[in-house]
Amino acid sequence: MRVKKMLLGFAMAALSVSATQVLAAGCPAKGAKELTGAGATFPYPLYSKMLSEYDKACGVKVNYQSIGSGGGIRQVQEQTVDFGASDGIMDEKQKKEAKGGAVLHIPTVAGAEAIVFNVPGIKRSQLKLTPEVLADIYLKKINNWNDQKIKALNPSLKLPDLAIAVIHRSDGSGTTFIFTNYLSKVSAEWKDKVGFAASVNWPGDVGGKGNEGVANSVKQIPGAIGYVELAYASQNNMDWAQLQNKAKKYLDPSLDGAAAAADIANLPDDMEVMITDSSNPNAYPISGFTWLLVYENQTDPVKGDAVANLVWWMLHDGQKYAKPLEYAPLKGAAVKKAEALAKKIKVNNQMVLK
Amino acid sequence: MSDQTIDSTFSTGSATRVVHHDTRVTNFGDRLFYRVTQTFALIVILLAFLLVFDLFRGAWEAIQTFGLKFLVGTTWDPVKREFSTLPTVIGTLVKAFIALLLAVPISIGSAVFISFYIPKWLRPIISYPIELLAGVPSIVFGLWGLFVMVPVIRAVQIWLKANFGWFFLFDGPAVYGVGVLSGSVILAIMIIPIITAVSRDILLTVPRPQIEGMLALGATKWESIWQVALPYARVGLFGAVILGLGRAIGETMAVTMVGGNSFDLIHSLFDPVHSMASQIASEFTEATYSLYVSSLIYVGLVLFGITIIISLCAQYLIWRLSKGHVAVFE
Repeated sequence: MRVKKMLLGFAMAALSVSATQVLAAGCPAKGAKELTGAGATFPYPLYSKMLSEYDKACGVKVNYQSIGSGGGIRQVQEQTVDFGASDGIMDEKQKKEAKGGAVLHIPTVAGAEAIVFNVPGIKRSQLKLTPEVLADIYLKKINNWNDQKIKALNPSLKLPDLAIAVIHRSDGSGTTFIFTNYLSKVSAEWKDKVGFAASVNWPGDVGGKGNEGVANSVKQIPGAIGYVELAYASQNNMDWAQLQNKAKKYLDPSLDGAAAAADIANLPDDMEVMITDSSNPNAYPISGFTWLLVYENQTDPVKGDAVANLVWWMLHDGQKYAKPLEYAPLKGAAVKKAEALAKKIKVNNQMVLK
Repeated sequence: MSDQTIDSTFSTGSATRVVHHDTRVTNFGDRLFYRVTQTFALIVILLAFLLVFDLFRGAWEAIQTFGLKFLVGTTWDPVKREFSTLPTVIGTLVKAFIALLLAVPISIGSAVFISFYIPKWLRPIISYPIELLAGVPSIVFGLWGLFVMVPVIRAVQIWLKANFGWFFLFDGPAVYGVGVLSGSVILAIMIIPIITAVSRDILLTVPRPQIEGMLALGATKWESIWQVALPYARVGLFGAVILGLGRAIGETMAVTMVGGNSFDLIHSLFDPVHSMASQIASEFTEATYSLYVSSLIYVGLVLFGITIIISLCAQYLIWRLSKGHVAVFE
């Protein structure tokens, strides 16, 4: 008798545990216990936090490998992972090579990049730059900090006679993709001569490995200018410039600025859009989404259910982990569009999320 | 390659020749052992061939697109889909050879000191830190280089440019710290432990009677080292240097952190430049289309080719050295 009672107790306990798990929003209902994803390195700190919380909430282990956006795209094409992640949009050719059909680009958070510099006597936020001047600096057409074009923007600053050393990322990265995409939008010459990609043929000067490589060269070389992720710049107390946005406002890089860049009326439904040089008057111009790459038509009902629920959870419960880690949570129009995309995920032509 | 170099040293001086294995063994255990070792040897050879085959297969698209122009062009443009690798080849070789220039005298000098000048009980105490240094991961060297060494190099560069700026090697467009010089110095630091450790082992195999005979004839200590010990060990020492060169050419992580990673041809010691191995490692993750990936594998193939050419030259030189036609230290 006692054994039976104990068994009953166990069963009740097990039931109540699974009941709470089912009740928690965004947990898979079909018993998936494991998922794998791979891709972008930029959101990795956030995703690993989100996914460990997701494991606590739903009991689903999600293994995310930050192998880079290019790697993420390849793995999705080959269907070796349940979802991919990228800081860039797949081009037409890449979409064609995807073996599982249409790939949804579902944004999770936005990020901003700071223009950091090292000019003796000039501090954070004191330097003002326009898109044209920034492009000319990276094109090596403006070579000295006392150039008239920089002086005209900063009449109150004492700009020294100092050569500008242009620092860029040497490793292929989503950060470079967003930065060069921005320059291509604001400068026809840049678009024509250099273009945008995760790694480009830079007009000059020094390539640093990773955010830390760029940041260090900027810190060590007087006259240097570079671009790094906002989180990296603020944690390392780097001096950054105010950048003029499309509405002609000078703005510091900020999470609010990045979120504003994503909050615009004319976002396309597929969200395959670079939000650099955004038209929102409060937008910081060098901002970008990072996306999850998910097949619209899932073949495995259990995995399909799990992926759709994970995406939903990341778009809602997961968003609260973004700000402390210096990512901009989605807001306004962006959330609605991302939700609509998550609802498109189907298994055997049946929508997973209701 | 390196193992053979060391082996050949050990056999040069000794009178014994390696007895060739007898394949007509009848004992079962012997036959089994023979088969097992034969299989392992074949696996190694097979692996090498598979590697070359796979490199060719991976690089095929780029080989078809660019052909041999890949080796002489100077553009690396993932956006316009144009790839060629001359600047990185030159950057890699220049950094490796400057590293050798810096590392060889220091390594062989310290190996001589450890082998001939300090008491036997002190040897491990001096040698151990050197061997420890050889085991430090390259990312650690890279970070140290970036945070500590590069600012020092930059100060040296500023001084060189101010005082010797008329000399083309010191006439950089600007002084970045990172670049050819920093890359070479970090490589030198990384290969010193290997060259020193191998050279020391080789110098310790020089028969004492040879040196003592020289001393008995009235030579001073340094004369006997310079005229007997070093020439005696020259093949092995050369092998040690080639071992260091191999590591310098293939080094990836440390050199990318301090090298400046530019795709332009270098004109001076101050210019930033990429290395082939680091270029492959840093761009592979984000190479999004097949021609891009293929071009990176092509770079790998070129790097493989360079390593083979260097190793063949080294084998030839060692062959000449061991026959006594050419002697480095005479």
